[in-house]
Order: sequence, then C-alpha cells, then structure tokens
Amino acid sequence: MTEPLLRIRDLRTYFVTDRGSGTARAVDGVSLDLYPGETLGVVGESGCGKTVLSLSILRLVPEPPGHIRPGSLIEFEGRNLLTLAPRDLRAVRGNRIAMIFQEPMTSLNPVLTIGDQVAEAAIVHQRLSRAAARSRAIDLLRQVGIPEPEERTDHYPHQLSGGMRQRVMIAMALICHPQILIADEPTTALDVTIQAQILELLERLQRELGMAVLLITHDLGVVAGTTDRVVVMYAGQVVETASTRELFARPQHPYTEGLMESIPRLDRPRARLHSIPGSVPAATAWPPGCRFHPRCPYAWDKCRTEEPPLLEAGTAGHTARCWLVAEPARRREEAAR
Amino acid sequence: MTAPAPLVDVQDLVKHYPGERSWLGLGRPRAAVRAVDGVSFTIPAGTTLGLVGESGSGKTTVARTLLRLTEPSSGSFRLDGVDVFSLAAGPLRRLRRRIQIVFQDPYSSLNPRMTVRQTLREPLAIHDLAPKPQRDARVGALLDEVGLDPELADRYPHELSGGQRQRVGIARALSVEPAFLVCDEPVSALDVSVQAQVLNLLADLQQKRRLTYLFIAHDLAVVKHIADQVAVMYLGRIVERAEAARVYEQPRHPYTRSLLSAVPVPDPAATAQRIVLPGDVPSPAHPPSGCAFHPRCPHPKKNERCRTERPALREIAPGHVAACHFAEQPI
Repeated sequence: MTEPLLRIRDLRTYFVTDRGSGTARAVDGVSLDLYPGETLGVVGESGCGKTVLSLSILRLVPEPPGHIRPGSLIEFEGRNLLTLAPRDLRAVRGNRIAMIFQEPMTSLNPVLTIGDQVAEAAIVHQRLSRAAARSRAIDLLRQVGIPEPEERTDHYPHQLSGGMRQRVMIAMALICHPQILIADEPTTALDVTIQAQILELLERLQRELGMAVLLITHDLGVVAGTTDRVVVMYAGQVVETASTRELFARPQHPYTEGLMESIPRLDRPRARLHSIPGSVPAATAWPPGCRFHPRCPYAWDKCRTEEPPLLEAGTAGHTARCWLVAEPARRREEAAR
Repeated sequence: MTAPAPLVDVQDLVKHYPGERSWLGLGRPRAAVRAVDGVSFTIPAGTTLGLVGESGSGKTTVARTLLRLTEPSSGSFRLDGVDVFSLAAGPLRRLRRRIQIVFQDPYSSLNPRMTVRQTLREPLAIHDLAPKPQRDARVGALLDEVGLDPELADRYPHELSGGQRQRVGIARALSVEPAFLVCDEPVSALDVSVQAQVLNLLADLQQKRRLTYLFIAHDLAVVKHIADQVAVMYLGRIVERAEAARVYEQPRHPYTRSLLSAVPVPDPAATAQRIVLPGDVPSPAHPPSGCAFHPRCPHPKKNERCRTERPALREIAPGHVAACHFAEQPI
C-alpha cells in the first residue's frame, strides 16, 4: 500500500476562552491519513472542528487564544509540521501545501491586482523573475477559466464576480504546483450554478496536476460527487471514516445516518424530513461518554459513561466511533421497535 | 363552480432602482437596475409558493416590496382582496398584522439587547393583542408552539443557538397571528440537522394555523419539501411557474433544468449528468437582449430569435407557465 502524504495523529487544538467559561476543545484527538492523488472529504456541521483542523495543518490557528497541544503530530515528507522552524514552515506553506477559503473576497487583497497576487507565491518560493511570474500567472488564470487573462491580470478583486474570485484563489493556490490542496468550503458562498463550475474545475485540475485534495465541507451532496474517501467529524472528533461509496451505502455511526436522512433531496419524493433532535453541544463542555449520546436514538447506559474508540466496521478502512459496531444486535432491536 | 379567490394576488410587480449619477452627480447617469421586472403570481390560502433563484434574481426584492419595506415602482398586491400597495400609513400598520416575515439570519434580525420575552411581548403591545397580565402566558404558549423550552424566555439572542434563534424569529412573526408569512431563506444559514427541524416546524405550523407561505430559497431541494407551487426567477422575471411536481418532473425552461441538475445529489452512485452553465448571472443593470438567459443557455435549438426577441411567459399546460421559445416541446 502507498504511504500517506500527510499523517495526522492525535491532533488537539484548544482555545482558552475569556470570561472563564473554560477551554474549548475544538479539535480533540483527530487522526487521519491523506494519500497521494486522492480527494478526502472532511464533513461535519458548524462547531465540529473541521475548519480548526484545516487551519492547524498549516499552523494558521491564532495563538493565543488557540494552541496545539504537545503530543499532536502532523507529518508531511517525514517532518512534523508542528515543530518546524518558522522558516522551514514558510517553505511548505503556500508552496507544497496550499489552501483556499470559503470567502474569496476576504482572502484576496483588495489593493493589489489579481495578477500580482497570483504571481507572488512563485516569486517568493520559486524565485521567478517578475516577468516570468507574471506570464506564469496569466497561464494559470487561463487554466482556471478566467476569460481574457492577459487583461484580467491587471484587474482588482472588486471588479470580479464571486465565482471569478474563487477561480483567482484557486490559481493563487496552484501556482507552485502544491502536493496538497486544502479547500475549506470552497463553494459554500457561491450560487448553485457557479458551485457546479468550481467543483468541475477542481476535479479537472486535480486530474491534471495529480495533487491530493482535503475538501472541508458541510454538504454531503458535494462530498458524494467529488471525494474518494470521507471523514465525518462531530464534537472535535472523527466519528466515522470510510470510502465514499461505502459510507453512503452503509453508514455505521448514528450521527452519519441522521445527517444523511436530514438532507432534503431532489431524488426523493416530498416527505417529512428526518431530523436530529437538539444541537451540537459547546466545545467547552463536550458530553461525557460518547459525545453524541444526548442526541442519539440508540444510546444506552454504556454510551453515557464510556467513550467509544474508533472501531473497525466490517470492510477495510471503515471505522466508526460507536458501541453499536460492537453490539450490532441493538441496532436491529431499536429498528424493530 | 369558480375556484375561491387566492389569498395572495400579485400582478405585474416592478421595482426599478434609478441609475445614479457617478462622480458627485456630474457624470453620466448609470443604467437603471431592474431588480424586479413584471412578476405575477397567486397563492391560494393555506398553501406555499416556493420562489427560487440565484443571487441577483430579485427574489428578496419581491419579499421586501410585498411588505412595503421597499416601495414598489408599480404593480399590485391584493391580500384577501385588500390592495396593499395603495394603503396609507395607518391602515398599512394595521395590515402588517396580517403579513409577517421571517428573515435568513435571525441573529441580525433580533435585537441583541432584548430578551426573548421582550422580543415576543413587543408586537403584542404594539398591536394591542393581549391585556398586559396575559402577555407572559401568550409568550409561553408561543415558545411552546415553536418547540422552545419556555425557560429560554429570559435569554438574550447571543445565548441561543442558530436554530433556537430562528424559532424565536418564527414565534415573533406568529405572535400577531398573521395569515400570510413571507419566509426569506429561513433555513439557509442553518446546519442540515437543524434545517430539517425548522422545515418540519414550518410545515406543522402551516397545517395547524392554515398559514399561507411565500417561501424564498436558492435551494431547490429544500423548496421541494415545502412548496405546493414553484416559481423560478432569473434577472428580475419569473421564467417558469407550475405545481411543484411538474416543475421537478417536467421542467420546460432550460434554466430550471440546469438549476435542478446543478444541485449536488448525496449519492455517489448517482449517474445523472450535471449541466454546467457557462458564465455568471449578468447584472440586472445590463440584462442581455432578447431572452435574458440566452448567453448561458444550453438549449440545443438556441437561435437568433433568442438573442433578439424576449419569449413571453405563457401557459404551456394548465397551470404551467414558462418563458422559452421552445417551452412547448419537451427537451
């Protein structure tokens, strides 16, 4: 089996909150592997820790109030990114591992032309001359589908639509041919027809460039259409991992199951939607035992006191953090009732 | 037998924003923005019209003009026979009891310095709906109706979750016992699991109180779960409108078809082809000539006529209207 490109082990990113409400354990013991060339989806609702996870990888978590706990490991090319000297980290960030964000308007500099912003990484990391970087930027703008890139390169972000800005962000991220692209909700702020364009673009670029993509999203529809494997997060933890097909065919964790049944779907007749009772608890006070137990239809005594580990759930690579995996009879009993 | 008159009757609604002069009034005037450009629909009492479109389609402007939060340029809106657009300030204020709105972001539409109780008591006081001693009981009953623990009455908005805040927004709208509720993207800001709770709540309330909804959303899958009729807007105009089932099963406008195909299906085995539209939604200040959709239209029969002649919104089957030159022929 191929070696993972990125190995995350027991990542804990905590935030100290003011007013004494305690420590928010936003990411609380996450382990995952990202393999070369694959698209891994990280899915979860707000407050599950998926964005803090993505920021932690490039050490973009503001410190304070945040801090990554000792003992956490993010291994890339044989080195722990968490203990890398600032200079070495800068050589990785935006070069070997790049990132795009949800809101391109707030991540682009409003007073620099888009060409300068796209070219910057190539000048810094690859020491290209201004002219060479500019022509490389124009090539990339063309590659991401910006019409008339020779002219557009001198435009400013406010002159572009939301979809075009996201294309510029993607060009910026890709100019150094990164091995990993972290995309945090890249289409959430976009209209559905523009979302379709951007997803298609990301798929095409990944095929052409052979990079690995870590796609952070709340949208199971986006996950189903674009990823190879999925990690489901809840309350700062990974609660289920599987190949995308396997996850949708046989969800094992009751949270994954509930999430899938809550989605309004075009391919199903109109019916009352299933919903998960309650809401995501606060990161300063995760429930004891299984963190999902207060909202879980199957929960029994053990779930209230003992935290389940990630258990092997049948096929290779499918794991779920749920005691039901060890006691499948309970699921059948509950279903029969 | 004639059908009963619809509760909501909107005809030829127009909202144009005049072009402003740039450069401190010295430059050339900019083109007028035709945010809403002749929109008509009716909603029978106790049913839901889903109004769908992308940003810039004008759907929120429709909502704001119906409540007269923005004054319309022309057109008419009758609520139960009353001509809302011609009402003077006094009668309009009384009529606002009958029309209420639920906004997308409950956080910015709730007063951060008022507790839930104060927020819900205010409309009761303004419209003099309950004697003072009974108002707290009414607040309790409203919270119960929207599925909130009455103990939350003394919390402030920042102490509530997004779903709880949206329930407070719904309770506030219901407090004056409206007949017509405009819901402007009421679940777009919510997580999926909470979104389902709020959609179910809206459906229950409609049944219990026989409410009439204008449900505005960009997500066709969400609309499918609540709407009886669906209208699709593009650049200020309705391009297709029909019973919900017809829109989802036999869409005749290529824009509706593209929108439907662009919604990601949560099924990795789904094989349906995604129609990816080229380009962006054009600016409503400079709509394309002819059919406004023609620069992005994937219809195989698209021709010169689409570039020059605006297709009429016409009935192509009973209760099904569409504005495409080829709407009569299934694709």
